[in-house]
Amino acid sequence: MSTFSLDEDQRQIKESMESFAADELRPISRDCDEKFEIPPEFLEKTWGLGLTANIIPEEYGGYGFNRSCLNNVIMAEALAHGDLSLSLAAMAPNLFVLPILEMGTDAQKKKYLPTFCDDKYKVGTLAIMEHSISYDPFNVQTKAVLNKDSYVLNGEKCLVPMADQAEYMLVIASTDKGAGAFIVDKNAAGMSLVEKEKNMGLNALPLYSVAFKDCKVPVENCLGGERGIDYTRLLCLSRIGLSATMVGVSQAVLDYSIKYAKERVAFGFPIATRQSIAFMLADAAIEIEGIRSMTWKAAWTADQGEAMNSELLRISYLTKTYAAEQAFKIADYGVSILGGHGLIREHNIELWFRNARAFSMLEGLAMA
Amino acid sequence: MISFKVSDMEKQVADLIHGMAKDIMRPIARYYDEHEHQRPTELEPFRVIMQAGGMGTGRKKKSGEKKEIKVTDDKIGANAMSITGAEELAWGDVGLMLALPGQGLGNAAISAVATDEQYERFGSKYAAMAITEPGCGSDASAVSTTAVLDGDEYVLNGEKIFVTDGDRCEVVVVWATLDKSKGRNAIKSFVVEKGTPGLTVGKLEHKCGIRASDTAVLIFQDCRIPKTNILGDPEIRPEGGFKGVMATFDATRPLVGALALGCARAAYEFTKEALAKEGIEIRYDKPLVKLSAIEKDMLWMEAQLEMMRVIIQKAAWMADNGRPNNLEASMAKAKGGKAGNLIVQKCVEILGPIGYSQRYLLEKWMRDNKVNDIYEGTQQIQMLVIARRILGYGRDMLA
Ligand SMILES: Cc1cc2nc3c(=O)[nH]c(=O)nc-3n(C[C@H](O)[C@H](O)[C@H](O)COP(=O)(O)OP(=O)(O)OC[C@H]3O[C@@H](n4cnc5c(N)ncnc54)[C@H](O)[C@@H]3O)c2cc1C
Repeated sequence: MSTFSLDEDQRQIKESMESFAADELRPISRDCDEKFEIPPEFLEKTWGLGLTANIIPEEYGGYGFNRSCLNNVIMAEALAHGDLSLSLAAMAPNLFVLPILEMGTDAQKKKYLPTFCDDKYKVGTLAIMEHSISYDPFNVQTKAVLNKDSYVLNGEKCLVPMADQAEYMLVIASTDKGAGAFIVDKNAAGMSLVEKEKNMGLNALPLYSVAFKDCKVPVENCLGGERGIDYTRLLCLSRIGLSATMVGVSQAVLDYSIKYAKERVAFGFPIATRQSIAFMLADAAIEIEGIRSMTWKAAWTADQGEAMNSELLRISYLTKTYAAEQAFKIADYGVSILGGHGLIREHNIELWFRNARAFSMLEGLAMA
Repeated sequence: MISFKVSDMEKQVADLIHGMAKDIMRPIARYYDEHEHQRPTELEPFRVIMQAGGMGTGRKKKSGEKKEIKVTDDKIGANAMSITGAEELAWGDVGLMLALPGQGLGNAAISAVATDEQYERFGSKYAAMAITEPGCGSDASAVSTTAVLDGDEYVLNGEKIFVTDGDRCEVVVVWATLDKSKGRNAIKSFVVEKGTPGLTVGKLEHKCGIRASDTAVLIFQDCRIPKTNILGDPEIRPEGGFKGVMATFDATRPLVGALALGCARAAYEFTKEALAKEGIEIRYDKPLVKLSAIEKDMLWMEAQLEMMRVIIQKAAWMADNGRPNNLEASMAKAKGGKAGNLIVQKCVEILGPIGYSQRYLLEKWMRDNKVNDIYEGTQQIQMLVIARRILGYGRDMLA
């Protein structure tokens, strides 16, 4: 039977990340969105939290804290409550580090993990999405062809977080043996940034389209080496991470809307005293309760490892798609509850509304 | 700890009840749908199982009147077991589940508030719950059945409707007011034994679904009961009396959510199998543009089932671990009731003539399930409870 209490570690993660999000993310959220950028000081400060070094084992120079998908979703939800783009930026190095930790060969771990344990912040990223309506993460169009001692990558990726600053990029490409992940160095020949993207939302997070043209990657950069990777699991960990951010954004919308609806007076009464407003809030509260618990369940499933592997795809798929639908619905409620004011850029609701539309199409921007 | 582990014991209990639901309930479900008001006699084997498993909402042993409530983290108690069982039983048949002998809604109230002496007298009796009247349903505070103290007896007068188990029960827990002018805090609950002069069973309703469950009118005409049959505090207090009588809902609402879950799961499984026979499989690894409309519907329903389950489980977990769960209990019922109906109704739609035909049980499940979003507080009433909680409002601010 299911139990729902946070353990001591999780309580601590939740509290510290919530206050960090409130103090450091929320205050600069709007400004970063307007300027399409994140101040480097923010990334420095975030690096100081050790989100990456904490989960790297001591033998590779990290702090070797307990790493679990559950702990990660608790962290991701709390950060995303502050701001979605900034939370994704804060967690971006883990897009690269977590797959290496989970699926890398010993040599890959030895080579890459220590470089993420320095004091100076370092970016790693994941290139998984492609610019197409029929984009299918299980069948990406970017190809990797083995040629002697290297793979040759061809294709174009989009929505790659912080590609401009990333030391390493993990690129998902199809091989004749299915999907593989390839570690591409910052200066690899044949890789180029096509453009810094402009989307409806997620403006603060630098997102790039990246092209690969006969980009040669040495065979030892194929994640997992000869045996490759459990790509489905990788995708699931990302979907679970994203689901957690959906919960965080939804909760932010609800908190803001409750406060607003109790203060805003129309026809002599606070609008929250009207059922049509109050019931939107209640519906949001119910769905958040559901998607949070489901995200926990999916994360718990991932933490069971092999034993629950057959269940992982189903549960993370359902969680991610359902949470995305609800998160956007809740953001839409938020705008409705604020009325015309909901569309004015002074209110964060306007920003969350644009950001939440991204969820249904996103893959790979978070990792838990 | 956050855990979704299904223990061996739990799996055994669920399997056992599932097996009985499948072997005993399913084969007779259509018969009792067509023979309304006939009492199902095949359900006796369940009585033993329910008692052994600590199911229902009965307290296992008698206890002191005031038990100290300890907040715990990982206890798996009667509430958790009840929702597991309820889901499986409702998977079998919601109507028959409600007709299980010895497990009335009144039993929940009795085990929640009875004194040891009262529990001794009524604890093992099959108890119905009579709140609703012709003039009031959702607004339980408008109850107009009266209870007047006369010497050592209360005298009850009034009419109750829609009493589940009203005909078959042995005792009934009746809500009545000691003094209508004193408002909701004057409403108390009383245990009336069947056969007490002045209590008559009126008509039995003819219903859309759950026809295996009897729904009766009860008429109280100068019905005298011992003074000691009042549940809880006999005094009218200015504060909080009504909240006390409402508290049993915190245990029963997740249970109703679980009934909806069980019924919706049955419909979903039936539909999935029917589609599989046509070669339509549900895939979890395809992008939106590659999914058929049916697949999208099925995946959406499956996600809803998962959501319902975790929300219901959390409400039960809170109850088992001494945490106030008024908000979560209403969420469990609101989500269960609404999503459950959307699912069964969609399944009927998807299967076309097969969904509509009485050759299969699916059409019946749609009729059966609707009530799960109505009794024990309608969908709208749950939304009110939830909204008040999250807004910090009382009924004066949001009604
Ligand atoms: C099969 C069956 C079994 C039942 N078993 C029992 C039983 O065992 N014991 C018992 O006491 N009762 C029982 N009931 C009664 C049930 O609890 C009531 O029908 C229910 O609470 C709704 O009351 P009502 O039918 O009077 O509807 P009303 O209260 O008249 O409501 C009508 C509509 O108005 C809405 N509404 C009412 N107030 C508000 C508000 N403030 N804001 C927004 N919307 C509102 C309701 O949600 C509903 O949609 C049973 C009913 C059925 C059908």
